[in-house]
Amino acid sequence: MAAMLLETAGLCAFYGATQVLFGLDLKVNEGGVTTLLGANGAGKTTTLRAVSGMVHTTGDIRFRGQSLAGRATEDIVRLGIAHVPQGRGTFVSQTVEENLKIGAMSRRDRAGISADIERAYGYFPRLKERRKQQAGTLSGGEQQMLALARALMLRPKLMLLDEPSFGLAPLIVGDLFAILRTLNRAENVSMLLVEQNASLALDLADRAYLIETGQLVTAGAAHDLRNDENVRRAYLGY
Amino acid sequence: MDLFLHQVLAGVATGSIYACLALAIVMIYQTINHLNFAQGEMAMFSTFIAWQLMQWGAPYWIAFAGAAAFSFVAGIAIERALFRPIHNAPVLSHVVVFIALFAILNSLAGFIWDYNVKSFPTPFGSRPLFGNGLMSSHDAGMMGATLAMLALLYVFFRHTRIGLAMRAAAANPQSARLSGIRVGWMIALGWGMAAAIGAVAGVMIAPVVFLDPNMMNSILVYGFAGAVVGGLTSPGGAVLGGFAVGVIENLAGTFIPYVGRELKLTIALFIIVVVLTVKPSGLFGRTVVTRV
Repeated sequence: MAAMLLETAGLCAFYGATQVLFGLDLKVNEGGVTTLLGANGAGKTTTLRAVSGMVHTTGDIRFRGQSLAGRATEDIVRLGIAHVPQGRGTFVSQTVEENLKIGAMSRRDRAGISADIERAYGYFPRLKERRKQQAGTLSGGEQQMLALARALMLRPKLMLLDEPSFGLAPLIVGDLFAILRTLNRAENVSMLLVEQNASLALDLADRAYLIETGQLVTAGAAHDLRNDENVRRAYLGY
Repeated sequence: MDLFLHQVLAGVATGSIYACLALAIVMIYQTINHLNFAQGEMAMFSTFIAWQLMQWGAPYWIAFAGAAAFSFVAGIAIERALFRPIHNAPVLSHVVVFIALFAILNSLAGFIWDYNVKSFPTPFGSRPLFGNGLMSSHDAGMMGATLAMLALLYVFFRHTRIGLAMRAAAANPQSARLSGIRVGWMIALGWGMAAAIGAVAGVMIAPVVFLDPNMMNSILVYGFAGAVVGGLTSPGGAVLGGFAVGVIENLAGTFIPYVGRELKLTIALFIIVVVLTVKPSGLFGRTVVTRV
């Protein structure tokens, strides 16, 4: 059995008095990709927000064996968990390059940061062309690339990806997932992926969970869920 | 023509003080979305600190630096103690705390140093600068000092790591947290810097308006006018707005009959009303669109 990078046990989350997650047990393998499937409002985004300490939670969240409970978001991030939020979190009035520097704000190694900016430009040459441009003027796809690139500046062990394909043209989605695959396979970045496009997500993932109204319905290896009758009918459309 | 030029230069000189206060107001507004009504009283208190240090025998520039350093620390302390606990509270709670802070600082200064008007020294002298009376040397020095500080701030925000982190924290706090930026400390740092900027403004204007616990009341209104003219979302705009208000105030006081000294303050309020009516986001501000 592979080592666990992230593990939750009995994870519950609340928005004020409203409970949104009801006792989730999730796992992300070291070097693995776990995907969360489920309808709108099932609690997928909330699960990611729970891991990065942005909502009130109960239950256990462990990252490399360390409990994340009660830690501030910025401290969780500094452990090596990069959250790419829905809506991309672009710093619109800063330049592309400033956005990348903001992503590296928790690091102090100047040379390493410049090298990583170049590495990010290697993955996303479009960003290099636009390095001096205000990030708010980028297209949706470019902003998604920027969000990924900014997250990479943390040198994360784990990326929390919230609907990376949202609102993007199919061709761009293909490129994006190819890059995610490279990051996972070549750079050993683990991922917890929330994605509407279940087929793409299951291709990339090794583990998958199906969530409905904050509760686990099915859990298992990604290829098992692909063949699961319920998942196929509801999310893959065949 | 000479009179005109004279008034413009004098306006730029006092405008530099308004610009500092406008900038301090905008710096805090950008991080917590509230107007710091106590900004002027904070500056007044800092000025008293400088005065007290000089009474104890400190040389002018030591007292100046001491007051700025004290204000920086006090600004951080005020944020941590008063505003951090209520950062999710509604607007009115903030307004009440600002007013309380205003009243506390004002009476505390009166209690410690009494309400008698005191003169305040200038390191620049008060002779006419070029012998032709165009500008006094204090006005020139005040302008130089504040412009130097504004230039330093510009470099700080544009070209340093912490400056970028502070801009990121103000622009998109949630995303900044996800980049590992300690947003709470960036806000506190903003308060410290705003307080120190206010201290510089207070110490520079004190030789002109004299030192007493109410010295900043009208100056704060001009500062607000400057911030509103430039736009509360634009630090650079606020600085330009401060200069503009200084010049307009002086020219109107001189050339529009009946305005004179008594109605000058009305001009600031008039400017605020006109800008808010015609272009609420200010000349350089962005309109913030909120999705509901």
